[in-house]
Amino acid sequence: MTNSDKGLHKLTYREAVREAIREAMHKDERVFLMGEDVGRYGGCFAVSKGLLEEFGSERIRDTPLSESGFVGAGIGAALGGMRPIVEVMTVNFSLLAADQILNTAAVYLYMSGGQFNVPLVIRMATGGGRQLAAQHSRSLEGWYAHIPGIKVVCPATLEDARGMLWTALQDPDPVLIFENAGLYNMEGTVTATAGPVDIDRARVCRAGKDITIISYSASLHKSIEAAAILAKEGIEAEVIDLRSLRPLDEQTFLNSVAASHRALIVDEGCRSGSIAAEIAARIMENVFYELDAPVARLCSVEVPMPYAGHLEQAVLPQVDQIVNLVRKMVGADG
Amino acid sequence: MHRKESGKTKTDMVDSVHARHLLHSMIRIRRLEEKCAELYSAMKIRGFLHLYDGEEAVAVGVLEALTGDDAVVATYREHGHALIRGIGMGAILAEMYGKQDGCSRGRGGSMHLFDGKARFYGGNAIVGGGLPMAVGLALADKMQQRSRVTCCFFGDGAVAEGEFHESMNLAALWHLPVLFVCENNLYAMGTALKYSQAVVDLATKAASYGVAAAAVDGMDVLAVEKAAKEAAEVVRGSGKPFFFECRTYRFRAHSMYDPELYRSKAEVEEWKGRCPIATFAGKMKDQGTVGDGDIEKIEQDVAREIDEAVAFAEASPWESLEDLTRFVYSERRAP
Repeated sequence: MTNSDKGLHKLTYREAVREAIREAMHKDERVFLMGEDVGRYGGCFAVSKGLLEEFGSERIRDTPLSESGFVGAGIGAALGGMRPIVEVMTVNFSLLAADQILNTAAVYLYMSGGQFNVPLVIRMATGGGRQLAAQHSRSLEGWYAHIPGIKVVCPATLEDARGMLWTALQDPDPVLIFENAGLYNMEGTVTATAGPVDIDRARVCRAGKDITIISYSASLHKSIEAAAILAKEGIEAEVIDLRSLRPLDEQTFLNSVAASHRALIVDEGCRSGSIAAEIAARIMENVFYELDAPVARLCSVEVPMPYAGHLEQAVLPQVDQIVNLVRKMVGADG
Repeated sequence: MHRKESGKTKTDMVDSVHARHLLHSMIRIRRLEEKCAELYSAMKIRGFLHLYDGEEAVAVGVLEALTGDDAVVATYREHGHALIRGIGMGAILAEMYGKQDGCSRGRGGSMHLFDGKARFYGGNAIVGGGLPMAVGLALADKMQQRSRVTCCFFGDGAVAEGEFHESMNLAALWHLPVLFVCENNLYAMGTALKYSQAVVDLATKAASYGVAAAAVDGMDVLAVEKAAKEAAEVVRGSGKPFFFECRTYRFRAHSMYDPELYRSKAEVEEWKGRCPIATFAGKMKDQGTVGDGDIEKIEQDVAREIDEAVAFAEASPWESLEDLTRFVYSERRAP
């Protein structure tokens, strides 16, 4: 398990989230987890497996299939002094609770003139790529990021999967954590002392001078893979993990684009009205005269997600597409 | 589980101090609502304005059953609840003016009155939206071993929302101390209950979730108070939810934009004949519990309170534009 001489700890993304929940439950007795199948089933993605036995059914609370009801109950419990972690099985089902998230959690502090903050954390799986078709494959984190009053974070790495939850629980306002379901099996190491991380800054994952690739969540890993291929061709791409979509740490990507003079945004959301569109707009507004090429976006094709594997893969951003786009942008495609 | 009709009260023996208190409370609401309508016409109040005339006995009677520690979740027709729960009339009116001294600093308006000290959680203008929150507040109390009641008001229209059913089930399933108060005024905006519900006896819906229920004549403040106290005691004693239906009627239009095409004037007049204030005052006078002088004094006191509240709202400053984006997020870390 642990590689103690290096102080490293090998685990999956799923286990990192579970460790984060366990730690939070131990550190703060106000923290509890509720959602569909989080207890006896062990979590739809097995994230909470074993937690019921450890913490009991009061704090690992199975809910009926009542998304609006239990998300709203999470809001009430947060107002009542608890620190709930509400798990919505996937972002697709969160639409059944959209009223509570958008019309209550996001607005209560403002609407009450600063009296009622809602310290609620909602975790949900997001993303496509598993042949689950149109009703189970949405990437709506950018859509939620449109709403003032909530925070939207997207852990792409094990460190963030491990560290964002506690910081989110310390936040006085609602935080939505989007876990791309394709990442749950991702394996890696974190230091044994890995702990809370900030949830409002972007991170430069890979330095490079020729172009800035801005991404997050599962698309980040495709961007890093593409950057490695491009490096062999002598193209140095800087890769930025946004980490948080609201607030959006624009300074980090603006600085990078000002230095590299080119920007490509890779986003699993649909193109129109996407977070990629927002980032492109901010680049135009702030560093337009630094650009050597038009800003480019690689987003999902705008169709309801198809079932067939080859069709689905054609919808999602792919490594070879990133590589080809970058080659064109830096003028290296012959 | 038990279900009963406690609409008809018998002798209603009540001492003079308490009778005057109830009358005073209902008259405060009525006169405030009348002033709101006037201020709306004068364009001092804007947006949506939903008035509570005719339903005063419900808020007054039910809130008598709560303690200061209990929580209240209300709807967009909540001026009366806010007032009786202890929010100052000045802060309420200032809120409707959109002023800085409003109880939501001018960010909520008529539909979104809030007060942390009164544990008054709004002012919810999404029909049914407050019910899950009430469940959660009660869950927090239960998990922290506090013996408090969360009282959640909603209308008959909310019964058609999924959130009503989800919340009833959750509260029953998890044994949560929520007093669900259905203010059944027979119309969801302009759609009569009979056109929106296959089963119009709402208490039977609660029974299907295993929730104890009672229905009461919501035009009779003593009946409401008595039954609400019993219901609240059941909640407090058992830690379980209770569905409390108050059968009432709103005398005015749904909002200031409603031409009232959906109900007859005769029907409205018939219900006005059951005005909770006039009938209670008449009964108390007949019994000799309250005299004309008492009522005159109440009216004078309320008139003064309203004058002061209007003056307060008029004098209150506008929120600074520099503070437009304050309170989107908290300014401090949570403890």
